[in-house]
Amino acid sequence: MGSKYAQGFGLGSVNPDLASERQTASFSVERLTTVLDGGAEHTRVRRAVVEAIERDPVFSRENQYFQTQNERYEAAVRKAVHLQKKMHEMGWREDGPEFIYIYRALAGDVAFLLHRVFMRSISVLGSDEQVAKWIPLATKHQLIGSYAQTELGHGTYLQGLETTAVFDTTTQEFILNTPKISAMKWWPGDMGRSATHTVVFAQLYVHGKCYGVHPFIVQIRSLRDHSLCPGITAGDIGPKMNFEHIDNGYLMLQNVRIPRENMLNKFCEVQPDGTYVRRGSQKINYFTMTTLRVSLLSDEVILPLMKACTIAIRYSAVRRQSKLNPGEEEAKILDYQTQQEKLLPQLAAAYAFHFINNYLHKLFDRGYKEIQERNFSSLPELHASSSGFKAMLSQYCTAGVEICLRACGGHGYSLLSGLPSLYTKILASCIYEGENTILLLQTARFLIKCFAAASAGQPVPQSVTYLAAVKPGKCPAKNKLDFLNPDIYVEAYQHTAIRLLSSTAAKLQDLIQSGVKKHEAWNQCTVQLVQAAKAHCHYITVKNFVETVEKLENKAGIQKIMKHLCDLYALHGIFSNAGLFLHDGYISGAQMDMITASYLDLLGVIRKDAVPLVDAFDFTDKSLNSALGSYDGNVYQRLYEWAQKSPTNQQVHPAYEKYLRPLLHNKLSKL
Amino acid sequence: SGTDLFSSSVLSPEALVINDPDFQHEDLNFLSRSQRYEQAIRKSSLMVMKLREYGIADPEEIYWFKSFVHRGRPEPLDLHLGMFLPTLLTQATPEQQDRFFMPAWNLEIIGTYAQTEMGHGTHLRGLETTATYDPATQEFILNSPTVTSIKWWPGGLGKTSNHAIVLAQLYTQGQCKGLHAFIVPIRQLGTHEPLPGITVGDIGPKFGYDEMDNGYLKMDNFRIPRENMLMKYAQVEPDGTYVKPLSDKLTYGTMVFIRSLIVGDSARSLSRACTIAIRYSAVRHQSELKPGEPEPQILDYQTQQYKLFPLLATAYAFHFVGAYIKDTYRRISGDINEGDLSELPELHALTAGLKAFTSWTANAGIEECRMACGGHGYSRCSGIPDIYVTFTPSCTYEGENTVMMLQTARFLVKSYNQVAAGQRVSGMVSYLNDLSRQRIQPQHVAARTVSVRINDPVSLVEAYKARAARLVEAAAKNLQAELNHRKSKEDAWNRTSVDLVRASEVHCHYVIVKLFTAKLSEISNAAVRAVMTELCLLYTLYGISKNAGDFMQAGILTDAQITQVNQRVKELLAIIRPNAVALVDSFDFHDTHLGSVLGRYDGNVYENMFEWAKKSPLNKTEVHESFHKHLKPMQAKL
Repeated sequence: MGSKYAQGFGLGSVNPDLASERQTASFSVERLTTVLDGGAEHTRVRRAVVEAIERDPVFSRENQYFQTQNERYEAAVRKAVHLQKKMHEMGWREDGPEFIYIYRALAGDVAFLLHRVFMRSISVLGSDEQVAKWIPLATKHQLIGSYAQTELGHGTYLQGLETTAVFDTTTQEFILNTPKISAMKWWPGDMGRSATHTVVFAQLYVHGKCYGVHPFIVQIRSLRDHSLCPGITAGDIGPKMNFEHIDNGYLMLQNVRIPRENMLNKFCEVQPDGTYVRRGSQKINYFTMTTLRVSLLSDEVILPLMKACTIAIRYSAVRRQSKLNPGEEEAKILDYQTQQEKLLPQLAAAYAFHFINNYLHKLFDRGYKEIQERNFSSLPELHASSSGFKAMLSQYCTAGVEICLRACGGHGYSLLSGLPSLYTKILASCIYEGENTILLLQTARFLIKCFAAASAGQPVPQSVTYLAAVKPGKCPAKNKLDFLNPDIYVEAYQHTAIRLLSSTAAKLQDLIQSGVKKHEAWNQCTVQLVQAAKAHCHYITVKNFVETVEKLENKAGIQKIMKHLCDLYALHGIFSNAGLFLHDGYISGAQMDMITASYLDLLGVIRKDAVPLVDAFDFTDKSLNSALGSYDGNVYQRLYEWAQKSPTNQQVHPAYEKYLRPLLHNKLSKL
Repeated sequence: SGTDLFSSSVLSPEALVINDPDFQHEDLNFLSRSQRYEQAIRKSSLMVMKLREYGIADPEEIYWFKSFVHRGRPEPLDLHLGMFLPTLLTQATPEQQDRFFMPAWNLEIIGTYAQTEMGHGTHLRGLETTATYDPATQEFILNSPTVTSIKWWPGGLGKTSNHAIVLAQLYTQGQCKGLHAFIVPIRQLGTHEPLPGITVGDIGPKFGYDEMDNGYLKMDNFRIPRENMLMKYAQVEPDGTYVKPLSDKLTYGTMVFIRSLIVGDSARSLSRACTIAIRYSAVRHQSELKPGEPEPQILDYQTQQYKLFPLLATAYAFHFVGAYIKDTYRRISGDINEGDLSELPELHALTAGLKAFTSWTANAGIEECRMACGGHGYSRCSGIPDIYVTFTPSCTYEGENTVMMLQTARFLVKSYNQVAAGQRVSGMVSYLNDLSRQRIQPQHVAARTVSVRINDPVSLVEAYKARAARLVEAAAKNLQAELNHRKSKEDAWNRTSVDLVRASEVHCHYVIVKLFTAKLSEISNAAVRAVMTELCLLYTLYGISKNAGDFMQAGILTDAQITQVNQRVKELLAIIRPNAVALVDSFDFHDTHLGSVLGRYDGNVYENMFEWAKKSPLNKTEVHESFHKHLKPMQAKL
């Protein structure tokens, strides 16, 4: 299967340094791939989609690194339009099994992503009539939607949004306004140049009373000639660290009138006489965001880390530098312990996160069904989980991609390595759909409540039942091998998570009892609360990894290698946060030395399977789009050939005639 | 003293440059890579003329002038000014200086320094380019024998330079004599076309450095005269006889100098990011702290302070460390010229580690500042993406950081072994001498109790010292244990390298805390000293808090003390809060130099973001041409 996927430059055979890595795999790569995909059928469908997309030259990303913002945007629009044709041709449907793989195969390099969010928010927040009116238009792309929530002055703190929507009973319309500059919508994707419609979040006013933030469908551009509608000012917000292909936009509204029916009203409605009616929880308005947080994890957060690991680990098996043994040839840099310590924990984390993502999806599928039946009881847990894991995973994966980038030495900085664009893209995930620190504090608020409930013997959601099981004591491990026992390290994580939460809860309580106002006490504890929320998510991730490994088939070496990765993930976490585990003496100094020893031993063990473990992610060369990470390992040749295609190499640069020539020709010596 | 640390005679050229209409141009964020290169070349050309006009010739003044013209960004003549000319001065014979220096000074020759190859960076001995001496014609024949031997990365090589100093393995009389430097013409004077036998070009787009034409160079049997080898030290005589240089330690000097510049650069880059993030956090209002009250400045949130103030303290710490290394280098470079190289190994080891420590920390810190600015930090208008991409390669260039840490570790282990053998060591590693005393008692070195007072910087330096001693000793012992088990020294070293890097890190951390603390007593102004003491305490205690495991495991601090340290860190955040903006204002960055809408001195952020965005290339027309090309046809069809 390998060589089939090593497309691109038509270079010869696989670099022997990489070939040798594959001969010693302790497990079946193909089998692991199907485990990751969730079954052989999924693998087949995914490969078919990837192949169809990559064979089509319109979707090529080969020149992406050489293009300007304008060129990237145009290419993305072209791809989005072409994709409609392609889907029709291939018989792919939005609700078909192929759909999730399409975006992945395009590596997100396509316009109208917010169009999907637009549709989704109408599906979730709109009434049956609204869905019936808008969804067919959107499906046929007779309009292009966006989702306008964030403003120049406000992001994650939604209550602070300043855009207003005032109901006018005489005309049965809402009048939308941007009352000041900080209220301008800012950042929404597809809004700068493409969108004709957008869902605007605004403070609803009826008869002078404010009812809080609500969603409204607003047309912003003409369907005939794409010019801006009256009262609308909109444009592109300018260059960013990445997303050059997306026209993130600004939007100013001046007395823009929309019919009453354009407020999304499945859960809240303004009746003709101005009566405000609510059905169900107010929180449901944010449910779109909550599900978005979970659905973005796989493609935007975990996949980039997997790609970065693939590139860095393959390159590290090809790159030889310095000598490990005198007289021998230069060593693969992957054989250096320091290089293993950079890369292998990232690899283990990528697997850990893949499995926690599966866990979250199950949690959400269950929750979504309940909400459809208007049972909102699981919302707090869903919200806390989506917030905490989005924050933890995006933060960790961002750091992980950067580690991979820097582990590739100078060549990592070339855009042709693929790593800089992976990095600049993933790091936006720390901010969008909720700034990470704020999200962790939301998770902490949930945990504090659950902790209080659990301590009082009341029932708590399933994911936090452990809070009731406070067991004082010490870690029972006697030697370094004991730390390869999952019971031992899961217990350590659990203990630390409870300790951090209970000590913070106690401090909050103390402050409040000593007369500090509640909100002030909360602010004084926020650093610790963030730490407690992270520890909770970390614990759940380790526990879930262990449980996943237990359930894996004990065939083809899969379970064994996954157990090693699970151990590595867990011990690396303890090693890197030693202070937290040592703090109350649960783990002793001597035990910490054992953990370190076990952790370093594991690096050597996993080293042997490092390349097969990234091969199992099954990325094609085109999807990696990297000179360093290709399947065949012909790194240097590819780098050289690709660089020659850079537009800067097309001719003697015009700057020569204009500036260099006069400079070189002695204009200076006259001075 | 603290407040006037960042202003000096350099202010006047800054004003000269900022007010000079010749150096004005469109916002670089809106230009393509090719356009940015062109702007940079235009400014560099003008700059060279103005340097003459103003009679600026001192290297340090040139450095500052250049940084004002290019606002701290790289430019295509960097390698010419920073490597080509200095290398001529230090390694060329008088005859070679006559031939090359004045033309290079007058920019008839524009040169670069071609060392790194596609297959080799920090490990210089592995370079593959060859220079084979041919006594028949008295020429060197230069070759790039493999793809991996193609010179790759040198700045200014891609499009700008017509000469390069090329590092190559010298072969004469059938023997390899190791790496030597050669002056190689690469482009035709007049047409700027590559010379026959030379393949040269740009390596393509990178993570930043848009205005720099980092290049590749491939040589096929390219001949240069014997006199083009830089022969002040090593020589090849006409008949091919090789004459060895006197000492190889001399090259340490240049490396120490350049790495000390990176330490200063870490401080400046982090200061710029802190300036932007802290000013913006004072302007941005969000959410509520107290019910019913207006939205507070985000700088009032503890989590925001916890992100930014330790970085602010770090920026100050690195400024002092940078100044210390520069002074030390100046002091001992006099000795070096007189042939006294005794202090060089320690300084070399120290700067390698500090270069790695400060660039890693600043790199992460800049990113932290950007994230602390939320979504707007991600826009190029914040200026932080630009600071980051310009700075981050310093983790790799002039010595990859992990390799640098291991060089420092080599020195630490050597010092430890000297102490173990009964000798005394001096300088920053003198704390290892305590180990010999320790040996008499059966105790573990670190198990000795340090009674740490957490409000006393001097006492905290002792805690860091004890931590360094413990981890250096642990690494040295682990290395010894591996050596007892393995055949190969290198293998044992590799199996201990994670510990060794840790040992270097904690050693560097100790040095920084020590230097910061020592600086306090030199500050005469009481108010400045007070605020610097708070920052120093924050830097030191935050470091303990973040590395609590080390201090607890070694028995230097108890659980209860760590809890106190954590608490004290949070108190210090509140203490520093009122001075936060003043502390970044003291860095004295001009708005033009900062290049940030979020970090403007006047704080008028939102209006100016809107003005900035309107200039975006995507906004040049109201309806983008893609609408007519793609969108409209699709809507018609569906």
